[in-house]
Amino acid sequence: MNAREHLNLSPDSAAVRRVPTGPARRGPSGIEPARLTAGQPGTARGEVHRQQGRVVIDARGVYYKTLNEQIREEIEQGAREIVLENVIGQRYIGTGLAYRGVTVIVNGVPGNDLAAFMNGPTLIVNDNAQDGVANTMNSGLVIINGDAGDVLGYGMRGGSVYVRGSVGYRVGIHMKAFGDSRPLIVIGGHARDFLGEYMAGGEVMVLGLGPNDDPIVGSYIGTGMHAGVMYIRGTVAPHQLGKEVRHQEPGPEDQARIREIIHDYCQVMNISEAEVLARPFVKIYPYTSRPYGRLYAY
Amino acid sequence: MRSVRPAYREESEPRILGGCGLMGVCDQSGKRMSGELAVRAMASMHDRGNGLGGGFAGYGIYPELPDFFCFHLLYNDEVAKDDTEFYLKKHFKVVIEEPIPTKPVRGIENEPILWRYFLDIPEERLVETQLSAEDYVVHTVMDINTYLDGAFVASSGKNMGAFKGVGFPEEIGEFFRIDEYKGWTWTGHGRFPTNTPGWWGGAHPFALLDYSIVHNGEISSYGINRRYLEMFGYKCSLQTDTEVVTYLFDLMLRRHGLPVEIACKALASPFWKDIDLMPKEQRRLYTALRLVYGSALLNGPFAIVLGMADGMVALNDRIKLRPLVAARHGDVVYVASEESAIREICPHPEESWMPQAGEPVIARVSEKGRRKALTQAKQSAGQRRIAQIHTTAGVT
Amino acid sequence: MAYTTFLPPEFRVVIDKEACLQCGRCVQQCGWNVYTWDETEQRPRPDHSKCSACHRCVTFCPGGAITVKRNDLTFKGSDSMSPELVKAIWKQAETGGVLLTGMGNDKPYLRIFDHLLLDACQVTNPSIDPLREPMEMRTFLGRKPDYLEVVPAAAGSRAAGPKSKYRLVTELDRQLQLETPIMFGGMSYGSVSLNVHRALAMAAVELGTFMNTGEGGLHADLEPYQDHIIVQCASGRFGVDTSYLQAGAAVEIKIGQGAKPGIGGHLPGEKIDYQVSITRMIPQGTDALSPAPHHDIYSIEDLRQLIYALKEATGYKPISVKIAAVHNVAAIASGVVRAGADIIYLDGFRGGTGASPTIIRDHVGLPIEIAVATVDQRLRDEGIRNRASIVAAGGIRSSADVVKAIALGADACAIGTAALVALGCHVCQKCHTGCCSWGICTQRPELTRRLDPEWGAAQLINLVHAWTHEIAEVLGALGVNAIESLRGSRERLRGLGLDQTVLDILGVKAAGL
Repeated sequence: MNAREHLNLSPDSAAVRRVPTGPARRGPSGIEPARLTAGQPGTARGEVHRQQGRVVIDARGVYYKTLNEQIREEIEQGAREIVLENVIGQRYIGTGLAYRGVTVIVNGVPGNDLAAFMNGPTLIVNDNAQDGVANTMNSGLVIINGDAGDVLGYGMRGGSVYVRGSVGYRVGIHMKAFGDSRPLIVIGGHARDFLGEYMAGGEVMVLGLGPNDDPIVGSYIGTGMHAGVMYIRGTVAPHQLGKEVRHQEPGPEDQARIREIIHDYCQVMNISEAEVLARPFVKIYPYTSRPYGRLYAY
Repeated sequence: MRSVRPAYREESEPRILGGCGLMGVCDQSGKRMSGELAVRAMASMHDRGNGLGGGFAGYGIYPELPDFFCFHLLYNDEVAKDDTEFYLKKHFKVVIEEPIPTKPVRGIENEPILWRYFLDIPEERLVETQLSAEDYVVHTVMDINTYLDGAFVASSGKNMGAFKGVGFPEEIGEFFRIDEYKGWTWTGHGRFPTNTPGWWGGAHPFALLDYSIVHNGEISSYGINRRYLEMFGYKCSLQTDTEVVTYLFDLMLRRHGLPVEIACKALASPFWKDIDLMPKEQRRLYTALRLVYGSALLNGPFAIVLGMADGMVALNDRIKLRPLVAARHGDVVYVASEESAIREICPHPEESWMPQAGEPVIARVSEKGRRKALTQAKQSAGQRRIAQIHTTAGVT
Repeated sequence: MAYTTFLPPEFRVVIDKEACLQCGRCVQQCGWNVYTWDETEQRPRPDHSKCSACHRCVTFCPGGAITVKRNDLTFKGSDSMSPELVKAIWKQAETGGVLLTGMGNDKPYLRIFDHLLLDACQVTNPSIDPLREPMEMRTFLGRKPDYLEVVPAAAGSRAAGPKSKYRLVTELDRQLQLETPIMFGGMSYGSVSLNVHRALAMAAVELGTFMNTGEGGLHADLEPYQDHIIVQCASGRFGVDTSYLQAGAAVEIKIGQGAKPGIGGHLPGEKIDYQVSITRMIPQGTDALSPAPHHDIYSIEDLRQLIYALKEATGYKPISVKIAAVHNVAAIASGVVRAGADIIYLDGFRGGTGASPTIIRDHVGLPIEIAVATVDQRLRDEGIRNRASIVAAGGIRSSADVVKAIALGADACAIGTAALVALGCHVCQKCHTGCCSWGICTQRPELTRRLDPEWGAAQLINLVHAWTHEIAEVLGALGVNAIESLRGSRERLRGLGLDQTVLDILGVKAAGL
């Protein structure tokens, strides 16, 4: 005889433990799973407030697909500034948006692939951003007023990304410049390993501001880099560098460019230019555009 | 080949591909939280899964019976159940056996027979086999999973349980009525299966004893990890890479007695370049670690959350190929694949950060807190009934 | 005299008279005395029967006038009695001798390596870029404990560093640290020239790996490289004294060799010149005989005794035991590991030799693939795989072979023939004659000086670097960034065209599964 029979308990454990019991709790039919978050597919639209060219959309509980549709609709209807409130994890905000003169302001944590393939708009995030920001971005400006995740600016070909805080791994990987397009990433805080890996053009700047006493950049910096330039504020140890790059003190031309970048960044971020420029920079650049010319035997 | 049939769901609408998502939450003070927290965090990462697997592990959920091993069983059919119960009764004192409470949820179908058992090990069996209670349980779990066709042990720890199946995590959570349990640690997982078909046993967490693993990524070194574990008697029968992670933790933490920080450094070891730069004693330790546990190195992209009796550990691979974000608010530590999932359940954490490659995030529930939580739970459950169960089971 | 021999020449040396510059370089280059100078016609005349097709003359002929062709005489032909067998019988009928040969088994047995295919990542796990991301090849050979004991560090321990909260209690045995899983196999000074040893030693230092003295002792010139040299202690005990044992980074007990399992060695007195004699510590001009067995090892417990004697004598350096792959290799290896070996060096039947009876070379032993697979599995089954490292040798021809051997369970591979080929060897299989025109397998000073050790080292370094890069490419494709994640990972191999028995023994699935 087992314990349950002996105690004459029901198959449900309610009599023994105060765990799962009671009727189905949610859903109109009693068997529909509940929709708990914006992350689950759903058709609910965000509430919209319009004031001249400015549009505010409440993203609470809005699935990303609907939200991005709403953003497009508003732009098509003439909105020039769109504010998204209560954003939480919605993906692809600004992705593929190709409108110049449009600003999208995100209040909350946006989801992955923010501003991917973006071509023209300005996108401002007033919180942290997740992974894959500005993936293959073409032009425009992304401002993150917090930290950002891994793989920011992958294959980016133009435009600028300003991050106030720190970024994760593999930032600026395979950025490239062509013709007039020259992508720029400025990171106010710190960056982890593989910064500027395979970099084929453009500029990356890391400032290392803030109280964090981690190294400003991680290891394997610029590994496989074969064009473009990185400016790191502070010092970089040789063991942190990829084997395809050199580091040196910036020359006069570099200094001018550094001041230019800092000027723009500080204006946007509203921080003291002089303070940022108070510490010297080190320039990291590839020593050849063909790092693997001698690797192979024919 | 297992006979558990993969239960594929009909895909009603086109799904956006993402990858697995995971989360973990741990109240280090020992306060118990509703499982709804875990369900909500996972729901917010809905698009990281594809509906072919979801699951949760809760710790501190059976406070009235904290001293028994609780087996969560998945059965294909009644035959498997009969066989397994025969086996269990031969090897254990079965204190309680009962169905795992569920409720109907649209989208969850073809569920196996779900049953749980609270087990005690007869003293004479341990004397006979010369095994510790834990090793005894490991042997029986391996036996059931390997030899009893159509039966699968989803979890086998004390005062914890794994609830998992084929479906989106929020569906699975509702199906198992996770919100009605309370625990001091919860982990959750939404699956995007690739290598193994979506079958109930194949969903995460993978649990053995008190250890449970949720995992995002793929273990490219599975082949050698598995052969290494086989040397220590583990049988990897589930056609999935994640079970090796669970067994590796069991081996290193329980059997080899390594501190969890150090075990993590074996699974996601620092590079030689960095070891070479360490001070002498540390270099000696890390070199030894790579020498001895080289076959345990988990290579390839992964983020994992390990649930343990006394807390939770989140860990990334050595070059951070899978996402992981952590946050802390008061005594509660949160980890998730996406920051938004944490914000969903903790809108304004005191701090949040991205753990570095191979740097574990460790949350520990204080012993005092756990005892307090248990006492409270016992009082509310009514001592009399507990005592009655114990008398019945012959436990003093 | 009716005949000198029935044997037709194996090759024909053809000299293009128009291209010939009549410089006599070929006469001077050939170590086999194929050419004589015809004073009247002022041009070289070849004796085809002496040619080994080593191509020394071809390479160095300034006019590019020489070609060497197979002497394709048509025999009636028989599937049973092939021309090679007919010629072997003639040779033995004429001489009464045991057929002797050099290099490794050249018979068309199944080459398992060529039937194993490697995996690669697609989508579900990413491949890793081997050129830019770290790819770790560092390998440690030696005994490892089954587990480590780690305790919280005492507060304020400066050596532990500020970040380390833990201290290692377990003391590890000494290890050999390799920066690439490729090392050089044992080839004795005497069978090869001192310049070969110099090139190998220099390359080993530069590559962060090891060369192996073979059983001929360690020449004084190699002392600067001794941290990268494994010294061998074989049945002949040539050149073995305490300073020799202490010089090496590790000591290898050579029980057998893939090319001639169960057979001893015989370095003829004419090869024992002054330098060889002082290195081997035997009188000049005497034959150097290596007995078939070690006469202090007639059973496994005797091996244990020798292993521990060598550990005592060397301050507990790693001891390697080299055995030929024979039928019962798994059980033997298990015994060797239990006897205390830190490294078990398995030599497959394709492995080379300076001289071996052809019957032994061609018909005894096992493929290295089988040996590695069975030994690795056996040690795992017994739970003692951590106690010793496995080195695979005897038939490693390319980086692909290295990768496959490691995936089957080897910790590292050793190359002998491939290293000699990098130094110019043309695999003519006449090592036992001592006439090597490339200055590799000879002690004739006019020949040995042809091999510049510095150049040779550069060749070896290039080869191993290239292979290491190729291994990194494979690791990257497999989505792992450390060699230990490949080691024993048979899941990443598939067999194509292997029968089920072989697949089962290898522990490898058939392609498609």
